[in-house]
Amino acid sequence: MIASAVPPGLILILGALPAVLLRGRLRQAWMLALPALSLLNMLALPEGNHFLVPFFRQELVLARVDRLSVVFGIIFHIIAFIANLYALKVEDRFQNAAGLVYAGAAIGAVFAGDLFTLFVFWEMMTLSATFLIMARRTEKSMAAGFRYFMVHVVSGLCLLGGILLQVKSTGTVAFGYIGLGDLSSWLIFVGFGVNSAWPLLHFWLPDAYPESTVTGAVFLSAFTTKTAVYVLARAYPGTEALIWIGAAMTVFPIFFAVIENNLRRVLSYSLINQVGFMMVGIGIGTELSLNGTVSHAFSHILYKALLFMSMGAVLHQTGKINATDVGGLYRSMPWTTAFCIVGAASISAFPLFSGFVSKSMVMEAAALGDLRLVWFLMLFASAGVLHHAGIKIPFCAFFSHDSGIRCKEAPPNMLAAMGLTAALCVGIGVYPQPLYSLLPYPTDFQPYTAGHVISQAQLLLFAALAFALMLLSGTHPPEIRAINLDVDVLTRKGGRAFYRLADRSLNALNAWADEVVSHRLTRRLALFFQRPECSLQRLAFRALAPLVGNPAWMREQLCLAEARCEHGAHPVGVGVLRAVVLLAVLTILVLFW
Amino acid sequence: MKQNAVEPKREPLIRPRTLKVLMAGFAAVLGALLLVEGWAHRHVIFPWEEWYGFYAAFGFVAYVMLVFVAQYVLRPIVMRDEGYYDR
Repeated sequence: MIASAVPPGLILILGALPAVLLRGRLRQAWMLALPALSLLNMLALPEGNHFLVPFFRQELVLARVDRLSVVFGIIFHIIAFIANLYALKVEDRFQNAAGLVYAGAAIGAVFAGDLFTLFVFWEMMTLSATFLIMARRTEKSMAAGFRYFMVHVVSGLCLLGGILLQVKSTGTVAFGYIGLGDLSSWLIFVGFGVNSAWPLLHFWLPDAYPESTVTGAVFLSAFTTKTAVYVLARAYPGTEALIWIGAAMTVFPIFFAVIENNLRRVLSYSLINQVGFMMVGIGIGTELSLNGTVSHAFSHILYKALLFMSMGAVLHQTGKINATDVGGLYRSMPWTTAFCIVGAASISAFPLFSGFVSKSMVMEAAALGDLRLVWFLMLFASAGVLHHAGIKIPFCAFFSHDSGIRCKEAPPNMLAAMGLTAALCVGIGVYPQPLYSLLPYPTDFQPYTAGHVISQAQLLLFAALAFALMLLSGTHPPEIRAINLDVDVLTRKGGRAFYRLADRSLNALNAWADEVVSHRLTRRLALFFQRPECSLQRLAFRALAPLVGNPAWMREQLCLAEARCEHGAHPVGVGVLRAVVLLAVLTILVLFW
Repeated sequence: MKQNAVEPKREPLIRPRTLKVLMAGFAAVLGALLLVEGWAHRHVIFPWEEWYGFYAAFGFVAYVMLVFVAQYVLRPIVMRDEGYYDR
């Protein structure tokens, strides 16, 4: 007996329609009630497979409920509520609907028990996310949204190809452990990898997220990459490649984040860095590491959304987001500043904040697996996180220099959303047991040992000391009004080069064909058929001229023939022959057709 | 600089005295962290975690390295003017 009426995710997706039609307070109430209703619906489902739909001799599972899917379902609902609260005043049908569908599709994907359902929700996410980017309606965001869409269509095709091959070889659409093996498993692996922003495949993320709407970025920061984390944890736990992919992900984006001027782009790089820790956890594949991945995804969604909300509030209030344009806003926006600092402390994994209780699980799992290099890379990345997300974000926006901007504090609903998220970040950090009890495997992990606390505090505070000393001595690199190339230079400039190549080759071919066929050929044909007999005879004379070898006589005959054509003065026999041929053709047509 | 009448009054973001107090407090916390390491019983996995001040030194060095590599290696390679993609 199933207590809930609809599969998880569908409430949000179907609820998008009334959200489009309703206006004002009614819509606001609807947007807030929907995630709560959907969460209750989800929690009413007992463990097991529900909503089974027969499909071409296969069985689709719309709700596979187990510990892994439920914990992701819970955090996705929490963040959907928070993001809706943050976006409460947005009266834009596009965004309201896209946000709900996006969240619903992510929840649907997490509960999908088969590859087909997963793929449908996966593509629904791509589409709705594209709208969240384009809804900013600037030229840049349109272009970025288009690029986002193209990348995810390609990765979606890769995934679809893998799924089809997989179903063909295994004979089932069920979605479970896959592991690396034949081509199909690799295609699915890479399809998931694009969405988790693996190195070199990551470029869509810092390209698109900073161009999205103020509220859209909050949704985006939560769902796409974390759904990818979920499916990888489900299908590829213990895949060694993920350890190295993850380690690379933790390290390389922090260098880009240091020199990036757009603060929402800094957060995008930092998002990749944090997902790297989750990838390492999946790759190690022990109970501790998978617990670490899931708990880190849980706390990461909250603090990353909090940081995106605070930077969104800055963008919303000042219209600016570049580190060189903002600064000194802490007097104008004290609450936003405080919430941003909570987010910064959480992502930096300061003790008593949420990042600390989850990241230390992954670090410990790497240490217990004796992965020395990976452990060092992650430790380096932990110090790096402090730089770009822990210090740079709040420092550049709210302190640094006085930009002269005097603005109002963010609207109450934005502050409420940030306050709620900040409370959750601190709550998880101080009292992690409820989160730990949700994890896929039972754990008695103790984050608050003297060793953990002292080492983490030393790491972070001495890194902060380095910042302070560099800042005071003037050796800290300045923020520069510039952009930084990333891998997308290949697709963006490469795309243009391809366009030019296609332009030159195909359009040249087109122009040539146009010239030859529609100009020269038609003209010749027209001339030919003006006086067909004359033209035919002229052709014949030309062909015969070399054989006869008497050009003067030939010219004379040609003139004669042309004159005959012009006056219609042919010998009688020719006219009769023509009439006979015409009659014969007509008779054949009438008799045999 | 001549102050414009409409421009809001600019105070220093942080008064020098406040900064001094903050830095002193910060230094005290750092010192305390180093001291407390000697007393606390720590459970370690790798041998180098037992070296005195390992995490402190690592954090400091990692931070400086990160910033310098980003500034002097990465920036010259990837930095372009803001209109780069519009051309």
